Amino acid sequence: LSRDTLDEDAWDEIEDTLISADIGVAVAREITEALRTRVQVMGARTPEEVRALLREELLRQVTNGFDEKTDRRLRTARHGDRPAVVMVVGVNGTGKTTTCGKLARVLVGDGNTVLLGAADTFRAAAADQLETWGKRVGAEVVRKGEGADPGSVAFDAVRQGIEGKVDTVIIDTAGRLHTKTGLMDELGKVKRVVEKQATVDEVLLVLDATTGQNGMQQARVFAEVVNVTGIVLTKLDGTAKGGIVIAVQRELGVPVKLVGLGEGPDDLAPFEAEPFVDAIIGE
Amino acid sequence: MFETLSDRLTSVFSSLRSKGRLSEADINATAREIRIALLEADVALPVVKDFIAHVKERALGAEVSQALNPAQQVVKIVNEELIEILGGETRRLRFAKTPPTVIMLAGLQGAGKTTLAGKLAYWLKGQGHTPLLVAADLQRPNAVQQLQVMGERAGVPVFAPEPGNGVGDPVQVARRSVEEARRAQHDVVIIDTAGRLGVDAEMMQQAIDIRDAVSPDEILFVVDAMVGQDAVNTAQAFMDGVGFDGVVLTKLDGDARGGAALSVRHITGRPIMFASTGEKLEDFDLFHPDRMAGRILDM
Ligand SMILES: Nc1nc2c(ncn2[C@@H]2O[C@H](COP(=O)(O)OP(=O)(O)OP(=O)(O)O)[C@@H](O)[C@H]2O)c(=O)[nH]1
Ligand SMILES: Nc1nc2c(ncn2[C@@H]2O[C@H](COP(=O)(O)OP(=O)(O)OP(=O)(O)O)[C@@H](O)[C@H]2O)c(=O)[nH]1
Ligand SMILES: [K+]
Ligand SMILES: [Mg+2]
Ligand SMILES: [Mg+2]
Repeated sequence: LSRDTLDEDAWDEIEDTLISADIGVAVAREITEALRTRVQVMGARTPEEVRALLREELLRQVTNGFDEKTDRRLRTARHGDRPAVVMVVGVNGTGKTTTCGKLARVLVGDGNTVLLGAADTFRAAAADQLETWGKRVGAEVVRKGEGADPGSVAFDAVRQGIEGKVDTVIIDTAGRLHTKTGLMDELGKVKRVVEKQATVDEVLLVLDATTGQNGMQQARVFAEVVNVTGIVLTKLDGTAKGGIVIAVQRELGVPVKLVGLGEGPDDLAPFEAEPFVDAIIGE
Repeated sequence: MFETLSDRLTSVFSSLRSKGRLSEADINATAREIRIALLEADVALPVVKDFIAHVKERALGAEVSQALNPAQQVVKIVNEELIEILGGETRRLRFAKTPPTVIMLAGLQGAGKTTLAGKLAYWLKGQGHTPLLVAADLQRPNAVQQLQVMGERAGVPVFAPEPGNGVGDPVQVARRSVEEARRAQHDVVIIDTAGRLGVDAEMMQQAIDIRDAVSPDEILFVVDAMVGQDAVNTAQAFMDGVGFDGVVLTKLDGDARGGAALSVRHITGRPIMFASTGEKLEDFDLFHPDRMAGRILDM
């Protein structure tokens, strides 16, 4: 967008910027075409004017269909005599356990009691990792031995949450590729087991911002199996922009609710469309 | 979900009735379709551009215009070029003349380094080596325990003198591990390091310090096959920072097309040596360029 006139190269440059943010060819093209039309209609000329229109168009794409005031809020408050239950899911290594810890930190900081359920009984030292987070942020952890049934850990965590009158139970689950039907069935079962005692208020799908087009496939399958209610976009502190969430939000109708901005306990923030878009456009 | 490159090109060439030279319009349409196919497979944009320029040259040549089926011919060229780039000078691990051979792992957070450390140790042990795993990620919560569990499963000892979780100096641990390997006669040392971002200068310096303390025979860059356009930035940052000799592609058991393989290979010139294909110790293989090319092209 550094050119004076908008020749074909400039339009290609805009499309390239979008593609480089992992928005995907189809959506990038759609945005560029919409922008072209608007530039024609509005008679915009200078790169600054076009940049402002691009920003608007991107913001529209990111916020379209959502009420920014309410839809990105997390449901973590107790209701009736039951704690709110949050399940955290996603493929391997995206930042689920870390997100559980950070989220507990926020809730505890707001004066809530939080119980963490270590339903990743598969990965080496996963429960230990969650326990470290629990200690760090002041949340108790319910765990069982390696190889225990994840559903039974989740069940126990929720039961203890009910008995202890806890505000929020956060259940960490094992990373699993969406292509592994056995593991996806297991995840569905974990959710159903929890639902025997309480409502699952949030199912957060954790997507790594470095993920490319496969993120869409992940989102589709997880949404099908456990009815995802929000996206957490992690590792935005790196160079990746996480543009795939635009297509994910659109297709699932589910908003990004939180972003991960580092490995520390305070590196979690509500998703905001403007900084997200500005990071894609640059400067 | 995606149209395959063959499908795309078949429709491009369907208007091409009579043989003869391809017009410039034909060539451009071809380039466009290849571009889309590669981008949908997450090959990074600058790599796509270089790659297409190269393929275009060949597509202009006689082999395409005279082909009975120009679409298939172009797909064949793309496939060949992919294999060429992915596979040029594949090589095995380099072992030190005087043991221990030191292998250091590096990469982004969550890429699969610790799991790979266990797999590599298990694989080497199966070949008669006596590896030692080294817990030099003292940052990520319980990374040390995670490696210890991997070591236990692999039946390989783990050098873990520091508890981690922020306690201990990874550079010291790495240095001492080599002495320990000499003492206890381990012929290979595999150093697991913390995940780090390419833009984190302090953490990159730590990796450089570990490297300088142990002079690895191999630094392996571990990268997730699901990575998108950021593959170029990250690969370049690790190349410029700690540097690396080979690449390991992880999580290939999923359905990501894995364009990152091409991106990393093209940008850094470093060979992809291994493929990680699951969470279990034995889910590990040498890298096969032809399979990867087919995967990227969805063939
Ligand atoms: N830079 C950065 N690193 C992160 C962020 N979130 C998590 N990480 C790191 O990413 C790595 C993986 O995080 P985990 O929380 O273990 O991921 P997970 O999804 O629970 O992994 P599995 O349970 O193995 O599937 C760790 O090194 C984390 O410290 C983030 O927002 N930014
Ligand atoms: N499906 C699959 N999962 C894998 C593969 N390699 C690693 N994983 C999983 O990916 C997650 C992260 O792996 P780790 O080995 O902890 O990754 P890491 O790079 O050491 O992570 P940090 O130390 O936090 O930077 C874990 O859940 C692993 O079980 C693979 O090839 N396939
Ligand atoms: K990852
Ligand atoms: Mg985890
Ligand atoms: Mg690790």
